[in-house]
Amino acid sequence: MQKSDVDIRSLQIGFGGLKVLENLNLHIAKSEFLVLLGPSGCGKSTLLNAIAGLIDVKGGEIHIGGRDVTWAEPKDRGIAMVFQSYALYPRMSVRRNMSFGLTVAGTPRDEIERRVGEAAQMLRLTSLLDRRPSELSGGQRQRVAIGRALVRHAGVYLFDEPLSNLDAQLRAELRVEIKRLHARLGATMIYVTHDQIEALTLADRIAVMQGGVIQQLDTPKKIYREPVNRFVASFVGSPAMNFIPGRITRDSGVEFIAGKSRLSLNGYAFCGQPADAPAVLGIRPEHIELTASDDPSSVSARVEMVEPMGADTLIWCRLADGTAFSFRHDADAQVRVGDTLTVRFPADALSLFDETSGQRL
Amino acid sequence: MTAAAQFLPAARRSKRMNPARWGLYAFIFITALYFLLPLYVMVVTSLKPMAEIRQGNLLALPMSPSVDAWVKAWTSACTGLTCQGIRIGFFNSVRILVPSVAISILVGSLTGYALSLWRVRGANILFGAMMVVAFIPYQLFIYPLVRVFSFAGLGQSLLTIVIIHTIFGLPTMTLLFRNYFASLPVELFKAARVDGAGFYQIYARIMMPMATPMVVVAVILQTTGIWNDFILGLVFAGRDNLPMTVQLNNIVNSTQGERAYNVDMAATLLTALLPLAVYFGSGRWFVRGIAAGAVKG
Repeated sequence: MQKSDVDIRSLQIGFGGLKVLENLNLHIAKSEFLVLLGPSGCGKSTLLNAIAGLIDVKGGEIHIGGRDVTWAEPKDRGIAMVFQSYALYPRMSVRRNMSFGLTVAGTPRDEIERRVGEAAQMLRLTSLLDRRPSELSGGQRQRVAIGRALVRHAGVYLFDEPLSNLDAQLRAELRVEIKRLHARLGATMIYVTHDQIEALTLADRIAVMQGGVIQQLDTPKKIYREPVNRFVASFVGSPAMNFIPGRITRDSGVEFIAGKSRLSLNGYAFCGQPADAPAVLGIRPEHIELTASDDPSSVSARVEMVEPMGADTLIWCRLADGTAFSFRHDADAQVRVGDTLTVRFPADALSLFDETSGQRL
Repeated sequence: MTAAAQFLPAARRSKRMNPARWGLYAFIFITALYFLLPLYVMVVTSLKPMAEIRQGNLLALPMSPSVDAWVKAWTSACTGLTCQGIRIGFFNSVRILVPSVAISILVGSLTGYALSLWRVRGANILFGAMMVVAFIPYQLFIYPLVRVFSFAGLGQSLLTIVIIHTIFGLPTMTLLFRNYFASLPVELFKAARVDGAGFYQIYARIMMPMATPMVVVAVILQTTGIWNDFILGLVFAGRDNLPMTVQLNNIVNSTQGERAYNVDMAATLLTALLPLAVYFGSGRWFVRGIAAGAVKG
């Protein structure tokens, strides 16, 4: 099974007058697991369909495995695809579903049998081979759909929100299975989802998309820790990142002022020179720390709500100036509504964004 | 369920018969009788000899039932100048029916499949217009079509009548299949394309096997429609291929002397036999087909 890289060069896609993607560039390395993450309508599925050859492009080029496939038929691109609705052929058995593509391609029978057997074993489908799709559960159906993709021995595997139709538990199970599959096959995979947990757990790199534009393309860790703009910061992470409006001043060292509170930004890695300007401070709930009240860079906040989440507790607070934020604490925290807490925002865990452009500072 | 049931008002379905229920059943019974009466009269008349019919007891059961009239209607009743019974017409109708049904469904499902992939704005208006066209009276087209076919050198023939039935069946067949195929998820088609199947392979190996209920509905619609056709067969089939309905008309209208009511009735029942059989045999499928079209997936 050869593995291919995918190179997308200034791709343009539009329907009528509507531009969905414009001048999009993206390179996916051999054996990489790339996740396209974004809200619905951001163009991620469109991009995946274009790579598969299921929609026509208006401009640009798509190269798979070093070959220009911009105008090639889907079957000639060396790809396999898994769909959200499974898209199994209802009148065929599991075995026929998996072998259909190979039969069409005229693959010798013993080769087909070998590949189907191998994929079925890998996905624990061997006992289901003679059933119809209607006799399978949702999770089994999606495993068959993955099996149908595997037998193609493609260079690139495309997943279009494959887990969105499943319930939470099955989703977690199949997520692990897909990750294991990637580790085992070492195949190039492009995976579309709007679920940030899937993106963070599966991806080597994530491309966060909005409005047909890739906002940030980086490792899950980098995306989580250093979002390039407010959109990425708010889209990735659950519970969501806290945003506190204020301004940056350089009166006495670089500080962030929100209402009456002053926060030292000593230790924050600015992208450029810090300037005196309005800004938005972002901090993830788990990065906020409880501290002693005599800490000079601490702020005090009133507890408004406590959400126990099992492993930890989410505490909703409000600063003196009215800004609300949430933070994560041990499950055994003795915090009650109405308490006043003193918390610290460590400068190295912050994200600062320009107030108007939303770009990281 | 059980917990909720005790909060429901006492609206349990009563098994006992109350006056309203009696009235309802009486109404249903009388209505059924009303519609079955003609059929009953036809059946009993066809089993009576002429002497018995002449007595005028229309509703009476035959005193000495015989199938002579049926045999005569089938083998020796006169349709115009020839006296070989209605079986000639029966076989003509079968020869028209089988290719017409097969071809119209084949062509209709193929065009329906193609159109289901054509998802542009305004498509629904076009399909609405097609549906309206399907209800335009045939008579409007007859003269132009006669001219077209004689110009094309086809004249009146079996081929002509098959083509005519295919054309007239096309709007309904196309819409039936288009609406079904359009209700299937697009991803199914995409998956087949990734698997390397072409336009016709997807049609033959994935779409049509799924459309079995639609095919059954189409067979019922086309069979009854084509079998019951009179005017198109009369105009386009030619003298040697006149369908059963036309022959039936000839039997009933070409009488020498006394009108043979029993033979007329038997011939009529013979002609109606096929559509009746289709409805009785496939009612379950018919309902299932319509439901399958309505429910997605």
